[in-house]
Amino acid sequence: MNKITRRQALGTAAGALSALGIAGATAHAAAADSRASIPAGTVDEVYQGRRIQITPATSGAGHHGGHHGGGHDGLPTVRIDGRELHVMRNADGTWISVVNHYETFADPTSLARAAVRELQGAVLAPFAPMGGTA
Amino acid sequence: MTVRKNQAALTPEEKRAFTNALLELKRTGVYDRFVTTHNGFIMADTDSGDRVGHRSPSFLPWHRRFLLEFEAALQKVDPKVSLPYWDWTADRTSRSSLWAADFLGGTGRARDGQVMDGPFAYAAGKFNVNVRVDGRAYLRRALGEGVAELPTKAEVEAVLSMPVYDMAPWNSSSNGFRNHLEGWRGANLHNRVHVWVGGQMATGVSPNDPVFWMHHAYVDKLWAEWQARHPKSTYLPAAGTTNVVDLNDTMRPWNDVTPADLLDHRKFYTFDAEPVPAAAASQR
Repeated sequence: MNKITRRQALGTAAGALSALGIAGATAHAAAADSRASIPAGTVDEVYQGRRIQITPATSGAGHHGGHHGGGHDGLPTVRIDGRELHVMRNADGTWISVVNHYETFADPTSLARAAVRELQGAVLAPFAPMGGTA
Repeated sequence: MTVRKNQAALTPEEKRAFTNALLELKRTGVYDRFVTTHNGFIMADTDSGDRVGHRSPSFLPWHRRFLLEFEAALQKVDPKVSLPYWDWTADRTSRSSLWAADFLGGTGRARDGQVMDGPFAYAAGKFNVNVRVDGRAYLRRALGEGVAELPTKAEVEAVLSMPVYDMAPWNSSSNGFRNHLEGWRGANLHNRVHVWVGGQMATGVSPNDPVFWMHHAYVDKLWAEWQARHPKSTYLPAAGTTNVVDLNDTMRPWNDVTPADLLDHRKFYTFDAEPVPAAAASQR
């Protein structure tokens, strides 16, 4: 839980998370731990030794707010070993991530697996839109 | 006046001056500020929202200004230096002199993608990757692994022949010259080169690899060639477009420059081989 708490703290520090957003993020963390009630679109798998967790967008919660400078709903949250991966959806429905930013993928799962291959075991840096060190 | 040359034609002294200036910008922290700016824009530019640096008409003038700022920083270190361009339709293998140890160094080793030779290798101690998306502080490349082939001359020609600069919806799904050059649609030019190089060049922090500047200097030259071929075409959209930089709108992060200010590269630099105007070309 340490890493998730840290991510929430970062988001709060950036002014990105509303009270509602924090509640949403906590709900996601809880959902990832209880596989009994996995909502549609949720992924929780181990791929090449890394844990990929994808939680679908929750409409209106704004839990992803701030990463694109204005709270875009409709984006799933993708985590690799608990660290969030910045993802973006293209107009044609394909996906890109910050570690594969010039190559499109058909869905968030293939995007996350490509990120795992690209990382070669490295840990994602904290989710900081303006860069920074790990 | 600055003259931007084909990297393949640089003398050993010119290569040394360029790489030394890069290392000096790295040492002073100036280099990393450019990486941070690029990553900020690439993560913020979205197809359905505000978009300035990428996936939008201002992709070309934004990068023209970004490169001008970087080149000015290099010239503060060494006034003789200008940005070389990499014509990836001509120098299209990992055996190109571009990737030799006296210039950018070669591809990464198999185990971790780490570049092991040249001035920017981590072991040389002068080019740590500080602005990054993961824990790795060494420059990485995987030349030709993410995609087998760089764009060909014929593929570039087909894109240069498109007469309309850009079209609604002014994003990654647009038809027209800009989006085909950027690569979200069609044969894929600019995006594919990032993927071909691999390593940091395939990520949001792509300016960590010095080849970023030479790739974009060539993309910028292709814009100039397109203008020479289509003298009656211009930047679009003209005005009143939500979330998009119109011809006379100022661009972030500078807020003091518009696409209109940047259309004519000859105000700032020339190329060793200037684009041939359409009328002259048709008579050859």
